[in-house]
Amino acid sequence: MNPVLSAQHLNKYFYDPDKFHVLRDVTFDVQPGEFLSIVGKSGCGKSTLLYLLSTMDTDYEGQITMAGTKLTGRSQDFLSHFRNEHLGFVFQFHFLLPEFSTLQNVMLPGLKLGKYPAKEVEERAMEKLRLIGMADFARKPASKLSGGQQQRVAIARALINDPTIIMGDEPTGNLDRANSENVFAIFRDLASKGQTIITVTHDSDFAAGTDRIIEMSDGQIIAYHENKIQ
Amino acid sequence: MNISIATQIARTHLLAKKRQTLIAMLGVTFGIAMFITMISFMQGVNQFLEDSALDASPHIRMYNEVNTQRPSLIDELRPNGFNVVYHQKPKNEQARLKNGFIIADRIEKAPGVLGVSPQVATQAFFNNGPIQLSGTISGVNVDRENRLYKLTNRLKTGSLNALKTNPDGLIMGTILARKLNVRVGDKVTVTTPIGTTRVLRVVGTFGFGVGTVDNTKSYANLPTVQEMLQRDPSYVTDIHIKMLDPLQAIPFGTRLRTTYDYYTEDWATANTAILAGEKIRNMLTYVVSITLLVVAGFGIYNIMNMTVINKIKDIAILKATGFDQRDIVAIFLIQAIFIGFSGGLLGLGIGFGLSYLLSITPFDAGDFLSIKTFPVIFAPKYYGLGLLFGVITTILAGYFPSRKAAQVDPVSILRG
Repeated sequence: MNPVLSAQHLNKYFYDPDKFHVLRDVTFDVQPGEFLSIVGKSGCGKSTLLYLLSTMDTDYEGQITMAGTKLTGRSQDFLSHFRNEHLGFVFQFHFLLPEFSTLQNVMLPGLKLGKYPAKEVEERAMEKLRLIGMADFARKPASKLSGGQQQRVAIARALINDPTIIMGDEPTGNLDRANSENVFAIFRDLASKGQTIITVTHDSDFAAGTDRIIEMSDGQIIAYHENKIQ
Repeated sequence: MNISIATQIARTHLLAKKRQTLIAMLGVTFGIAMFITMISFMQGVNQFLEDSALDASPHIRMYNEVNTQRPSLIDELRPNGFNVVYHQKPKNEQARLKNGFIIADRIEKAPGVLGVSPQVATQAFFNNGPIQLSGTISGVNVDRENRLYKLTNRLKTGSLNALKTNPDGLIMGTILARKLNVRVGDKVTVTTPIGTTRVLRVVGTFGFGVGTVDNTKSYANLPTVQEMLQRDPSYVTDIHIKMLDPLQAIPFGTRLRTTYDYYTEDWATANTAILAGEKIRNMLTYVVSITLLVVAGFGIYNIMNMTVINKIKDIAILKATGFDQRDIVAIFLIQAIFIGFSGGLLGLGIGFGLSYLLSITPFDAGDFLSIKTFPVIFAPKYYGLGLLFGVITTILAGYFPSRKAAQVDPVSILRG
């Protein structure tokens, strides 16, 4: 099977305040339907790696190929469109746009893609909200939701365009235990339906539940762990 | 770029901060309202002054200047000698335009000429009992003069026909008549510079609304004035000309001067002070208006800048979920344009209201100008201009913050 994501010899430097080699020759593939987690200590470069993969950071050496498309050296507008269509994001902080309702938050990337008419985008958004159990809050302003609820809505938003890959940057990092488990359950459920998911986490319980763990240290991959999920 | 979704986001942002939106709008509103009021008023004043000056004065006046310097005979004979001449008197010359009527008829046939009125104008003293006032008396052909100055409309009392039928009739400016304490039907003694006197009967009064005219001028029949000055019936001192297009008067005047070799004065030269005043007022209006709009622009710039800074996390999320730079620019530019456009429209309404109030405000200019309220012009082009300026200012003021917003680096924001 062709990998859905392929990272080849990624090198990245920080120049401020001094030149610092933050990623050292990182190479790995992700298979379709894989639930992958990247772990490591603070400052090991795992978040930096995720932002390279997310196409938002384009200042690196090496090559990234996703869904059969080479992404290195593309224009910002191309990458924006690619993110819109193929990637879903779940962040640690700053989940939703506070002025908009829950439903509108989920709909926005779908409206941007413009693949379906607005009416259908709304139906799909409701469907995604039902999937994560937030359908009752559809009309509520996003600013009125709790952190855990917002994070679940953020997952629904990541799903709206049926992305090739969902990327999470410490998706449970800012949540309490119950909410963390809730969010993890949703990810696990999505993974079982064949959704490719890459998350960066330092939550060992979360990582233990994923298919594969990439462990990083000092900008290098030091180990792979395959978890056998029963 | 997807305009409808950018509009939707912009609308949500505007509605979420209603008070801020309103304040930004009011900045534009105030600027435009003042712009409209100022320009309507200033242009009204300009138009009024220009109209009254142009209506009361000929486009071209042709006359013979008598006080020409001439060298003494000895100077002509010995140009480089040491010549002393005491008490040299000017040559006895008449102010007459030779063949004045023929010249007038010829000019009248020229293209672009509305009317020509040959006349005899002289200084005069008006006596009514103990009251003595100086003024001018113009001997005119009433019909020709009426064609130039629409005297029928200017008459306050009496009639023009009375002047035609009465050889001793006199029509005088309203202020002059008031000062002399005479009405239609009263008699006035007129003394000319050469010492002759004649009793004329007032058959009408006129008002041009210009103090210098209404205060001094009077009309009598052409033969009457010729007789008073003891001149022959072909004696003419001035030819007044009105053109269809006032701007044509300037080159036409120059041409007349070379053709007939008499002095000509066009309206622009005669009213230099009014035209200079108009230029200064125009300049002032535009400087103040542009200042107001720039201040309003900076207000919008500030508020848009603050909005962008407040929304920087949202911008990062939007960019992460696939909105490109043009979308972000559109979102914030639409907000700026909405503020500019709605604030501008409101400003037009308020500006119209203020101009209207000004136009009904009583204003007493005394005898100098015949107006009862402030002169205000309601011209659609100023409203269009105001809205255009307002929208351009807001687009400029909104563009720079939105470009800044578009360049936000999502990675540095989302890292937390």
